[in-house]
Amino acid sequence: MSNVITADHGTVAHGHDEHHDDGSKTLLGFWIYLMSDCLIFSALFATFAALANATAGGPTGKELFDLPYVGGETLLLLVSSFTFGVAMLNMHAGKRNKVMAWLFITFLFGASFVAMEVHEFAHLINEGAGPSRSAFLSSYFTLVGTHGLHVTCGLIWIVVMMDMVRRFGLNDAVTRRLSCLSLFWHFLDVVWICVFTIVYLRGVL
Amino acid sequence: MFGKLSLSAIPFHEPIIMGTLLMVCLGGAALLGWVTYQRKWGYLWSEWFTTVDHKRIGIMYVILALVMLLRGFADAIMMRAQQAIASADAAGYLPPHHYDQIFTAHGVIMIFFVAMPFVVGLMNLVVPLQIGARDVAYPFLNSLSYWLTASGVVLVMLSMFVGDFAATGWLAYPPLSELKFSPTVGVDYYIWALQLSGLGTTLSGINFVVTILRMRTPGMKLMQMPVFTWTALVTNILIVAAFPVLTVALALLAADRYLDMHFFTNELGGNAMLYINLIWIWGHPEVYILILPAFGAFSEIVATFSGKPLFGYKSMVYATAGIGVLSFLVWLHHFFTMGSGADVNAFFGITTMIISVPTGVKLFNWLFTMYRGRIRFTLPMMWTVAFMVTFTIGGMTGVLMAVPGADFVLHNSLFLIAHFHNVIIGGVLFGMFAAVNYWFPKAFGFKLEERWGKASFWCWVVGFYMAFMPLYVLGLMGMTRRMNHYANPAWQPYLIVAAAGAGIIALGIGFMVLQFVVSIRNRAENRDLTGDPWGGRTLEWSTSSPAPFYNFAVLPQVEELDQFWADKEHKRAYRRQERYADIHMPRNTGVGVFMAAFGTVLGFAMIWHIWWLAVAGLLGMVGSFITRAYDTDVDYYVPGAEVEKIERARLIPQPGIDHVDPAKAGQKVA
Amino acid sequence: MFVRGMLCAEFQRGIMSRTVQCMLRRDILCRSSPRHSPSVCRVESYVNKRSLCALRWSCASVAVFLGGCNMDVLSPKGDIGIQEKSLILIAMGLMLVVVIPVIAMTLYFAWRYRASNTKATYAPKWSHSTAIEAVVWTIPCIIIAILATITWRTSHTLDPYKPLQSNVKPITIQAVALDWKWLFIYPDYGVASVNEVAFPAGTPVHFEITSDSVMNAFFIPQLGSQIYAMAGMNTDLNLMANESGKFEGLSSNYSGEGFSDMHFMAVATSQQGFTDWVNKAKASASPLDAQTYHALAQPSEKQPVSYYTSVKPDLYNDIIKQYMGDMNMGRIGEPSPSQASAVPSPNDHAKASE
Repeated sequence: MSNVITADHGTVAHGHDEHHDDGSKTLLGFWIYLMSDCLIFSALFATFAALANATAGGPTGKELFDLPYVGGETLLLLVSSFTFGVAMLNMHAGKRNKVMAWLFITFLFGASFVAMEVHEFAHLINEGAGPSRSAFLSSYFTLVGTHGLHVTCGLIWIVVMMDMVRRFGLNDAVTRRLSCLSLFWHFLDVVWICVFTIVYLRGVL
Repeated sequence: MFGKLSLSAIPFHEPIIMGTLLMVCLGGAALLGWVTYQRKWGYLWSEWFTTVDHKRIGIMYVILALVMLLRGFADAIMMRAQQAIASADAAGYLPPHHYDQIFTAHGVIMIFFVAMPFVVGLMNLVVPLQIGARDVAYPFLNSLSYWLTASGVVLVMLSMFVGDFAATGWLAYPPLSELKFSPTVGVDYYIWALQLSGLGTTLSGINFVVTILRMRTPGMKLMQMPVFTWTALVTNILIVAAFPVLTVALALLAADRYLDMHFFTNELGGNAMLYINLIWIWGHPEVYILILPAFGAFSEIVATFSGKPLFGYKSMVYATAGIGVLSFLVWLHHFFTMGSGADVNAFFGITTMIISVPTGVKLFNWLFTMYRGRIRFTLPMMWTVAFMVTFTIGGMTGVLMAVPGADFVLHNSLFLIAHFHNVIIGGVLFGMFAAVNYWFPKAFGFKLEERWGKASFWCWVVGFYMAFMPLYVLGLMGMTRRMNHYANPAWQPYLIVAAAGAGIIALGIGFMVLQFVVSIRNRAENRDLTGDPWGGRTLEWSTSSPAPFYNFAVLPQVEELDQFWADKEHKRAYRRQERYADIHMPRNTGVGVFMAAFGTVLGFAMIWHIWWLAVAGLLGMVGSFITRAYDTDVDYYVPGAEVEKIERARLIPQPGIDHVDPAKAGQKVA
Repeated sequence: MFVRGMLCAEFQRGIMSRTVQCMLRRDILCRSSPRHSPSVCRVESYVNKRSLCALRWSCASVAVFLGGCNMDVLSPKGDIGIQEKSLILIAMGLMLVVVIPVIAMTLYFAWRYRASNTKATYAPKWSHSTAIEAVVWTIPCIIIAILATITWRTSHTLDPYKPLQSNVKPITIQAVALDWKWLFIYPDYGVASVNEVAFPAGTPVHFEITSDSVMNAFFIPQLGSQIYAMAGMNTDLNLMANESGKFEGLSSNYSGEGFSDMHFMAVATSQQGFTDWVNKAKASASPLDAQTYHALAQPSEKQPVSYYTSVKPDLYNDIIKQYMGDMNMGRIGEPSPSQASAVPSPNDHAKASE
């Protein structure tokens, strides 16, 4: 009763069917993850907006923020995005050592950004403007801190990827992961630009 | 060294808890002993705990949900008993301290650890089969999601015996949930259990969106996907869009409690209304996350057992998508009584009502699927009809409360409690029970027997009405929710009826357990050899029961909706291949288990302020993840010869297998 | 829609207070068991309890199936409540227009097209009908459109903030949710009370509501709307009792351990009765100064009704202000050096530090 048909019916032909990840699936998933992360930031931005005036008699953004300093942070992060772009170009060109070198440079910029942020936080806390002072400061520290935490995760990821490039070369898995990391890194840049505009610029102006 | 943790955290003085602890220990020891005696640890570990097979993960989710249903129901019956006796200011048998934890745990468990795992488990089991895929997009992530949900469960269960649980209500509204008013670890258990399982759920959501968008079998267009898959797609989009907000709300609450911040405190500019908004921006989509897959299951079931295609497939899809979008525009209806202006209240009231339009359309579509059908009243179909009647009532009371003017007197009353149990039990739970009965043979290869199943069905339905209709009346009598005792003796008779209803539901649960036991014992009688025990229409029925680990030896080619039905009609449904290609499959991995275990340690350490242990847990989690990234041996090929062997064993030529008479389908298997 | 059995109608007769209610029930009981005369009834409390229980059961079962028995929300005694009751009934009626046919069709189709009924038409391919789909989209749309119109209108007319229209001058009462009791302040009379609020019937009452603890909700079911009480914030609620009587009030938002006992009695009186009530409060021995308030604000359960005179001026606003801003602002009644500058009135400060 059961009809026997030949194996090369349509798409059956080979085990390497479209269910084998060609990277596009991972990238789509990573995009969706970034969207959900974006929503985390949106919720934090909304919280910040709602509490921006809840200074409880404590210091306001205008009194606290040092725009040139934050401008320096911004510059570091923007440059790191550029250097990551160069790393990606080298990845596509298959230049393994250059990829590692540019990743390292990106790491340095990213780490300096985080260091500056930590310094800024320490300074604020020393001045008595820590996150416990008011709802406004709670939301400020949380929003900016969450971004900083993301950058820190990105830094760890960069270190891991440098090691992977060294170990495995630029194979499929490594390029796929570098592409994801690239998306992540640029995404953090975009978020930072929003932080800079909404938190710092609007706070000071 | 151990933070806030000391021996005094164990409530030795509470006989109810200690009794439960004893039973859990004895039961647990018996189970572990039995597994050891049977020498099944190796099997459990390598075939189940470390599995990345979506079907097995799905089964584990459903088992988790059923186990937690018992816990959640135990809470429920304790509350009903307390309220049935605590009349005229009698104290009852549960002091507020204990009672308040019970109703909080009941809500949290039923939503996060019963309904969610049920829904996610069902999607795991069914979606890849329905779209002709061999697995989900990220099998390892899927395993991780499951185990993170399990860590949440571990923490919630642990809270019963070590320390306490939140006594705040299931959404932990501040300022009550702030350190000042809830100084114990209860709320911290709540936060960490939900954060861990919420992370798992978000990952699941991403996984399934990609699976459905990218892994459909060749030829299957979006508008040819079965309705269950459509509802799963919308649900997972909702998960990805809503759960991050929950994560933020809980994280900010944690920041208040751990870092002395002031997001939701009374003092220093904190604003509790912000939390209430955030939590409901997640919370309302959440109820659609739960109900949509149930709608999907009903759609499949009603079409199958009416022997007809689903009426108004396109309407159904648009209605589902519409509900998904609208679900984000209604959150404020949960707090009309907060004092927003009339315009705001009216806006959110009206958007809420608008949701009832697509929902109503769905009901009509199911109705007209039954119309001029040949309805076989199997268990899944019985649950479906019960759902249609019950849910309509629940929908009506829901729309009633969407009218702000009406909500001003109904809010927070037992009318509200009756309403949402009406839709969640009558909708989600009935849907899950229908789905379990419907897809059980696909998961295990034999049908559930009907006699105990029907007994369970009737107990659930009768018990439900008895337990919740009095609550509507009590709401109209002015009884508010979460009362430990009350002065008004006129409420008592209704509460006694409700408690009796809960008792009947308990019988229903008992019969359900019996149904599983008897079915497993008599599995030989109910074996499904065709893979298509009900006369199904969608692809999952085209493969064997239980489905082989690779799902489909040959990916099905799809050109229309209900492809499998068409194949059966054209007698091309069951065909043997001459030769089979190698199949690419993911390899099992224990990393998900390890990560979740470290996650549990992290959560526990954070709850008790054991900072060194928290650092260790976090490092363990991150470390296992990075280690996994270095593992290159993550997949393998099943040789074509092996596939052929499995398929040959299944597709023994059987007389009449190609021809399916819908009216007789399901009975044709010996 | 709400058919009431005779038994329920008896019950229905206003639950003025728990005592009245109990008497009513005894009444019914005696009527339903003619073997006992009313006096016997009172004596044989054991028998009472048993048959009372049976009565409750039968009443409950009737109520469950017929709806409408003894329901505060459906037997309102105030303007707002009356409007809300009719809104509920109209909305229900409107929805039943579609709900009843759906339920009936579900059951009918399920019966009619059962597999064993081979006489029924079977259309195994039929799955689309533009006409039916148009109807099933249109009917809910129409009903929702009507309901939406009603919603828009009533959301405005029933807005808790909207002052009630009346020729009588409204009275302002400030309600403060404390752990776990209600404090009612009468700013115009300088008196206050705990767990009992009185106002003249037929006079609009303007409630100003806040909390000095966690969130609660202020609710007198028979008078109508409820609204949240939140620390650092003021919410408004306008209600009016149409007739004299005692109405149960409660917190309808869970607020912790003592929540279940956080109910109070709302007493609607005649004008004279209200004057008497105020005088009774004025005659109270305890003035409500900062310290008394501070002591009162400490968590307590089952707080008995009490009255206060000489309420600290502007106490209500001070309660709100505790949470509004500066961290230097101390808690009311907690003497602190910084409070001197924060509290404007020197008299109050002197009182507080005495």
